[in-house]
Amino acid sequence: MKQIYLDYNATTPVRPEVLEAMLPFYKEQFGNPSSVHWAGRAVAGAIEKAREQVAALLNASPAEIVFVSCGSEGDNMAIKGTLEALKGKGNHIITTAVEHPAVLETCQYLEKNGYDVTYLPVDCDGRLNLEDLEAAITDQTVLISVMWANNETGNIYRIEEIGAIAKKHNIRFHTDAVQAVGKLPIDVQKANVDLLVLSGHKIGAPKGVGAIYVRRGSRMVPLLHGGHQERNRRAGTQNVAGIVGLGVACEIAAAEREEVYQRMRTLRDKLEDGLLAQIPEIKLNGTPDRDHRLPNTLNVSFAYIEGESLLMNMDMHGIAASSGSACSSGSLEPSHVMGAMCVEITLAHSSTRFSLGPETTEEEIDTVLEVLPAAVQRLRDMSPLYNCGKSSSEACLICETVRRI
Amino acid sequence: MKQHLDIEAGKRVVVAMSGGVDSSVAAALLQEQGCEVIGMTMQIWDYANFTAKQGDTFGTCCSLDDVHDARRVADGLGIPFYVVNFEEEFEKSVIDKFCDDYFSGRTPNPCVLCNQILKFETLLRRARELEADYLVTGHYARIRHDGEHYHLCKGEDHSKDQSYFLFTLTQEQMQFVRFPLADITKDEVRQHAARLGLRVAEKPESQDICFVPDGDYVRFLEEQRGAGTMNGDIVHVNGTVLGTHAGIYRYTIGQRRGLGLSWPEPLYVVALDAPNRRVIVGEKSHLSVTICRVGDLTWSIPVPQEPFRTACRIRYRHQEVPATITPCADGSVDVCFDTPQQGVTPGQAAVFYDGDCVLGGGWILDTVLRAQN
Repeated sequence: MKQIYLDYNATTPVRPEVLEAMLPFYKEQFGNPSSVHWAGRAVAGAIEKAREQVAALLNASPAEIVFVSCGSEGDNMAIKGTLEALKGKGNHIITTAVEHPAVLETCQYLEKNGYDVTYLPVDCDGRLNLEDLEAAITDQTVLISVMWANNETGNIYRIEEIGAIAKKHNIRFHTDAVQAVGKLPIDVQKANVDLLVLSGHKIGAPKGVGAIYVRRGSRMVPLLHGGHQERNRRAGTQNVAGIVGLGVACEIAAAEREEVYQRMRTLRDKLEDGLLAQIPEIKLNGTPDRDHRLPNTLNVSFAYIEGESLLMNMDMHGIAASSGSACSSGSLEPSHVMGAMCVEITLAHSSTRFSLGPETTEEEIDTVLEVLPAAVQRLRDMSPLYNCGKSSSEACLICETVRRI
Repeated sequence: MKQHLDIEAGKRVVVAMSGGVDSSVAAALLQEQGCEVIGMTMQIWDYANFTAKQGDTFGTCCSLDDVHDARRVADGLGIPFYVVNFEEEFEKSVIDKFCDDYFSGRTPNPCVLCNQILKFETLLRRARELEADYLVTGHYARIRHDGEHYHLCKGEDHSKDQSYFLFTLTQEQMQFVRFPLADITKDEVRQHAARLGLRVAEKPESQDICFVPDGDYVRFLEEQRGAGTMNGDIVHVNGTVLGTHAGIYRYTIGQRRGLGLSWPEPLYVVALDAPNRRVIVGEKSHLSVTICRVGDLTWSIPVPQEPFRTACRIRYRHQEVPATITPCADGSVDVCFDTPQQGVTPGQAAVFYDGDCVLGGGWILDTVLRAQN
């Protein structure tokens, strides 16, 4: 069976060029970058080259890049490290209800430890009202954390405007850009971002490496203590091969981004138009304005059926998609993002995310458009919810609610 | 080794995999004979709350070991594997009923409910959504078809027979359910596991309920519902108040230990009177029951109108005994044992057999108090 991978927001395959660049660092280039001798020297140089490559993609300077193990570590470090460094200046954080759990749960943890957190609401399309943001600022506010793009819906937030607000009020601004990097132009100067987090495995580098941009002069207490690596910001011997891979992946992203954006956007639009046209009682989750959504992401709910069933059925056809975020699957709780958007609960349960990548082909999209409408209809025919409305004249509250989409 | 499996090669089957040896061998054997096998595991309870004793697995009717074990087995076989999350439904359909039963003076059997509501309803629907021909489990039981009706029967290995847990299977369900271990013994299953290199081969079994792995169901109930005001008197069948207790849910029929009473003869719990919060105790002779009322029945035969003879099993580890079934006007039946039985417990299932074949079954409603009156 042909395998169709449409879950690039969960993770991506390592690019062949990236793997090629990494291999020497598992073999002859084995040194510890902190060592004085020849073995360490060669490796230290490779790390600095990667730092330049990452910095270039973000319009930052290499000294502002710190390598970490993953996006979650970066988010933890940015938030906890900043608040601890600014202890005494204030204890209020502003974030949104739709952040990745790495941000959300870090904030909840801080809340338990005496900090105040404002979780900004979103509208039913997942959009943020910046007036809410400005109104939430108090003299205690020390950090604003808003993701650049949402992993589930693909919604892009107005980072430049938020950066301007933060700057005006002299508040540190952190953005989780894990889903945005590689897909959108990123310029930390233009956006007035102080802290930005990216993850290697979302852009064709391996799992286990990420980076955080820390604007020069931003004080931050490290999470990990024990060594002087990364200018004392992150102790621990560097993941040399992973860092080299991340550097190459960033260089490729810088070179190919515009072309890849167009290609993914065309295919995603075809998928979106096709599904919305062919399947009745389907709901788009996220903003209908496609310019403000990631070019590769489509999140839809199919009334009357469970996302879990649909994912298994698609898997049997070789199609890999996801419901909610991969991190929270295995739990029955509908995603907090759908909850924040007030998506009706049975629809939230059927929310399904397709996320395309640079390797996605038109043929693959055509296959999905062929397989999915039939699979949805078959599952609906078996669904007690779908049938109770049709066979009985009694009012079924759940069906009524579902019909109201 | 006999290996008669009534599933044709090429069929798509969903195997309910627990990670235990039985369902793992069932999956492997079906794959060997050319079926398209899909593994599925029900996630029904958050086991993170419990720490089982080292090396224990949770086995009663099924052995709900661990999602991770099932995943490893499926991975080894190279079959698709899905974890389906039924936590909410399990809590609603099984745990709540389990607690209700104890607080109403009954001793529940959650395995039957789990089979009835989760495995053969919700999981079966998931299997059919995947266009599977059959849902397969590793139960030791058999389904026969006489050309017209399906019959649930005992498995070849009578010492492991699990038909008691399966009496609620309906005709429609039996059409889609298969038990490939029907014709083989537990020893043979272990040999297959060793031959196939399944890493589950030598797991021990325990008799605890999967969601109360340490066996301390009293603590479980109190954590779920709180102790409440369930305390009351311990009363002898002759009416004498002998002492007090801290909650009727702490007692089961036939229990002798932990009563804290002094009496010339050993005393046993013979009944639980929930409305009056009384634990009724008596001498061993009072444990004997001749008649019990059984309701909420499932029949594999036409609903009986006349009394008939059967062999009745009143708990899992019970050798069925001769009895006469008399239908009542309200759809329940009276079961009259030829020889008085001890430990007839409201909340447990009574299953009726004709030889190897299950005729039907239901839930024991009440016994001793009626018998006394």
